[in-house]
Amino acid sequence: MIRQEIIENIKVRAGKDMLDLNDRSDKRVYVTIKKETLTKIVRYLFNDVKARFSIASGVDTRNAIEILYHFSVDEIGLMVSVRVILEKPKPEVESLTSIMKCAEWIEMEIHELLGVDFKGHPNPKHLLLKDDWPEGNYPLRRDQ
Amino acid sequence: MARNIIPIGPYHPLQEEPEFFRLHVDGETVVDMDIEIGYNHRAIEKISESKSYDQVTFLIERICGICSTSHPFAYTNAIDDLLGVQVPERALYIRTIIGELERIHSHLLWLGLAGHFLGYNTVWMWAWRYREPILDIFERISGNRNHYAMFKPGGVRRDLDEADFPWIKKTLKGLLPKFDMFKGAVMDDPVIRARTEGVGVLTKKDVHDYACVGPTARASGVAIDVRRDDPYAAYDRVDWKVITADGGGVFAKAVVRILELYESTNIVLQCLDKMPKGPIDLNIKDMPVGEGIGRHEAPRGEVFHYIMSDGGNSPARHKVRAPSYMNIFSNKKAVIGETVSDATIILAAVDPCYCCTERMAVVDCKTGKKLMDGQDLIRLSQEKTERLRNTRTIL
Repeated sequence: MIRQEIIENIKVRAGKDMLDLNDRSDKRVYVTIKKETLTKIVRYLFNDVKARFSIASGVDTRNAIEILYHFSVDEIGLMVSVRVILEKPKPEVESLTSIMKCAEWIEMEIHELLGVDFKGHPNPKHLLLKDDWPEGNYPLRRDQ
Repeated sequence: MARNIIPIGPYHPLQEEPEFFRLHVDGETVVDMDIEIGYNHRAIEKISESKSYDQVTFLIERICGICSTSHPFAYTNAIDDLLGVQVPERALYIRTIIGELERIHSHLLWLGLAGHFLGYNTVWMWAWRYREPILDIFERISGNRNHYAMFKPGGVRRDLDEADFPWIKKTLKGLLPKFDMFKGAVMDDPVIRARTEGVGVLTKKDVHDYACVGPTARASGVAIDVRRDDPYAAYDRVDWKVITADGGGVFAKAVVRILELYESTNIVLQCLDKMPKGPIDLNIKDMPVGEGIGRHEAPRGEVFHYIMSDGGNSPARHKVRAPSYMNIFSNKKAVIGETVSDATIILAAVDPCYCCTERMAVVDCKTGKKLMDGQDLIRLSQEKTERLRNTRTIL
């Protein structure tokens, strides 16, 4: 599947939920979408394009938590990073584990480090931090 | 038969990655598994936010003791991506040489461990013996056998001396017959084949579902390799091929790694011949606001680094994802349905820097009584090989 086709398909599927598209270079594309349309876009990338889920990364931008889901389209070496912005004080987003099993660990990690609630996660436990880590204390938050 | 739980892990002083596996077994068969990680969580991503970009290379080099260059490689790729700069040609070749030499010694290390788990201790001794010349090369180049500190944003820290090239080439070429020996010892041995083929299989669909990377994916016939797919360093300037195998079991993973030894040697030799003269560093002074993604095909698979810069001296966010993060999770699929005696080698087959075996123990979950420990489990695995070996002799 060619690069332009993937970008166009994301645009069509996201519609007016598409907030930004940064076609940064041949191999890197960043799209920012509303969180309501996340599962639709991920389903397209993971199931239809058969892109490999590389990882997700979260960052605290003070007003909100941003999560970037990085997908690698290995046939053309393209990295598509899907960004969602989750408003504080209660950042939450749909869990992607029902679409991709491989998202289970990283969602656990982002939950414990940044305090994002992944709705529908099958195993909402600690991954890296110990089990008795104080509730509500998130190491990568900048407001604590 | 009663369902028992076998805890494996978490600590072993020889390895840098403690993990904990809880195998639920029904008789001989593994029916379920829980994985716990985090015993070695060092908050590197957080520490990175307080270091300068230059210091971060040293910090992340210490994430892994075996493939210590993998993280600096991906990190410097991320910085190059953020800046949108072209690193000097000579530096690209030096980076490639370091990356590939590291793959050779890492694969030999795994091969040795796999041999030990299966009761082939000669393979173990040989593999680690022939890993030494590679470490000697590193010592000559960088002064260190490991943690070479060669990488920096915008280039490399040290130049290679042309006077060393003949010796490096001779050492590498001298290893090729040894690789032939390993190839013969593993690929032509009917017992190893019987013992590992079709064990711990991951299908192409599993590879996609669990997002496996590196030899773990390539052994299932999924031809992914960042070096080819998203070229960086000098990988698009030399001839080499992506090694894949069919079958998806432990045997296929061993085959992929052994054949990759030849490709890596080939890449290093070509780089030494083609390397141009010139500067090795861009001397980057400022970091603009922006974000960058860097990837490197480490011995175990794709390493992923994401850097977000706010224009300051330190990364505003630095996300690190090692290949084992994805591959260890796939054990959930690979181990279930297999026997306890095969669990050791399956868990080791993704090469997770895992050797917590001395802490393995079989415990009866009703009485809490310890039935077997790590030594017993390795013995179990070695005995199974011995049984197969004897059967073959009789036939």
